[in-house]
Amino acid sequence: MSISAPPDSADAVDFSASPGIDVQLGLFRTATRIARFDEKYRSLMTSGAIGGMYYSPRGQEFAAASVAAHLRRDDYVVTTYRGLHDQIAKGVPLRELWAEYLGKAAGTCAGKGGPMHVTAPEYGLMVTTGVVGSGLPIANGLGLSAQLRGTDQVTVVNFGDGASNIGAFHESLNLASIWRLPVIFVCQNNQYAEYTPLREGTSVDRIAKRAAAYSVPGVTVDGNNPIELYNAAGAAVERARSGGGPTLLEAMTFRFCGHIMGDQQVYMPAEELRAAIAADPLVRFRAQLAVHVGEDELAAVERAAADEVADAWEFARTAELPAVSELTTDVYADTAQDGVTA
Amino acid sequence: MTTAGTATPETARTLGMVQAINEALDVALSTDPAVFALGEDIQEPGGGGFGVHKGLGVKHGAHRVRMTPISEQAIMGAAIGAAISGLRPVAEIMLMNFVHVCMDQLVNHAAKLRYMSGGRTPVPLTVRTATGAGGGFGAQHSDMLEAQLVHAAGLKVVVPSNPADAKGLLLSSIFDDDPCVFVEVTGLYFAARGPVPEGDYRVPLGQANIARAGDDVTVITYGRQVADCLAVAEQLAGEGVGVEVIDLRTLQPLDTATLLGSVARTRRAVIVHEAVRRNGFGAELSATIHAELFGQLAAPVVRVTAPDTPVPYARSLEEAYIPSRSRIAAAIRSTL
Repeated sequence: MSISAPPDSADAVDFSASPGIDVQLGLFRTATRIARFDEKYRSLMTSGAIGGMYYSPRGQEFAAASVAAHLRRDDYVVTTYRGLHDQIAKGVPLRELWAEYLGKAAGTCAGKGGPMHVTAPEYGLMVTTGVVGSGLPIANGLGLSAQLRGTDQVTVVNFGDGASNIGAFHESLNLASIWRLPVIFVCQNNQYAEYTPLREGTSVDRIAKRAAAYSVPGVTVDGNNPIELYNAAGAAVERARSGGGPTLLEAMTFRFCGHIMGDQQVYMPAEELRAAIAADPLVRFRAQLAVHVGEDELAAVERAAADEVADAWEFARTAELPAVSELTTDVYADTAQDGVTA
Repeated sequence: MTTAGTATPETARTLGMVQAINEALDVALSTDPAVFALGEDIQEPGGGGFGVHKGLGVKHGAHRVRMTPISEQAIMGAAIGAAISGLRPVAEIMLMNFVHVCMDQLVNHAAKLRYMSGGRTPVPLTVRTATGAGGGFGAQHSDMLEAQLVHAAGLKVVVPSNPADAKGLLLSSIFDDDPCVFVEVTGLYFAARGPVPEGDYRVPLGQANIARAGDDVTVITYGRQVADCLAVAEQLAGEGVGVEVIDLRTLQPLDTATLLGSVARTRRAVIVHEAVRRNGFGAELSATIHAELFGQLAAPVVRVTAPDTPVPYARSLEEAYIPSRSRIAAAIRSTL
């Protein structure tokens, strides 16, 4: 067991080289599917057609798309309650995903998990947790499992800047470092921990700086720049897959809709939000792509995404709720022991 | 594999608890490559805080008997992640009070991942942890916290009282597909000795043991108090009182059939545990007995427990804290 020294100047690495146009189109497609799903979901909530809690990832689409583009189906992802983008980017079909968000029997978890606990192991989506920072220790276990089983699977765990102030973050980076686990710790730094700005609750201005304390490479990139993040994530995934150990990859980004659906964002200067939305990474990347790709092709991607989302909503809307008998199943392996008395 | 009751005396040796648990771990590690152990200090030469892993790191390798930093959340999380992706981890949380340090991982995740995923991510994880008053370790190294864990739907909770059960129940826990918390009472580690079958010996979870048969009063207990209750039963037999002692072995799943069957016959029940009384596991047992057998009881159910205080340090206070044989005997007499 040896501890590798972090590269001296990870931040200085040039991540600007463009991947092929197919890759770029793929990133655009994933981000578009996320954005269309999110927009439709929010509009249905606003109209009262659907209820519940919702933590919109709008604005953070590429933080998921550009990382997941490097993952195989059998690689693992762990995410949080703001997880729609990560769930879609990992390949969970929109029908089952939307059905789970509505708590329907046809959902990924038969309606028992809901948006905060979406799990789809056949797509490598292993845990969605509702507890800030709790995914990191579990991601280590997934990485350890791959290491012990002798596979080259990697694990990506997504979390926000706020999670870096929880003890589990620090325990996890330390353990991942000494065991050289194939885990990529992706901090989607949207600059607000629930309702508190980063600078007010965090001792560093960049979360990646904390990696040095654990002899782990720490890299900060513009998470709203799909190419830069794609390249940085590719290096981290390759490092993990080839036995080089973990990376703390910080993607600077922004959430457009606050912490939770209905958040009026009174804690944020209005100008800050306006500027972020004006610089919508999806709109910017579309314009960038339009130089190389015809408008027809981009519009076709958008139309397909809208159709897929409409189909998913229709599927979920008309799906059945779980039977009440399901209340007491899946507590234990042996259903005889499920016997919960109500 | 042999199961409880099928082992012949010839295949059993007299072992202590630590040896029996060590043997169970050795069998599991030898039987299934998916099994691995992790915890603080568990490598050689010590083999862990109580030496339970002694020799296993050498035999099975440091990658399968993994020493961790003092990071309970990281230990529990690593075990959970491994469990949902094909392995059978056996995590040691050195002392049960330290389970509180990783309660989020254990209760919010290990216990719930199967349910929250609609059955798609089972968590075949075993957590071994040691505790118990009587060692002079004071308030933060001695608590019996089993009731808190039984309260978390999805967890199984096991408390062995003797070396054979320790081996058989640990092997059943490791090969069970649910997260099991295996509570080892430190007071038994070096005191309890008994015959332990060789090989892959298993005691099924959810099967109480009638440690002594009797017709007048049923005493329901587990862990360290089983020996005390048996001693009291022996003493009362001399006075003509037949005490049946039920060793629950597992609190979840709970063998309600055995305990209700016994109490239906004796019509009197005394519950003995070392944990504090308020919302202790005895409250659940008492409620179950009263609900099922109310009209048939000859006396109200009586509980013998620790008082509702932290575990004290001074020897005089600690002795008063632990249910004594005289308190157990008095409780039994009060039901007659």
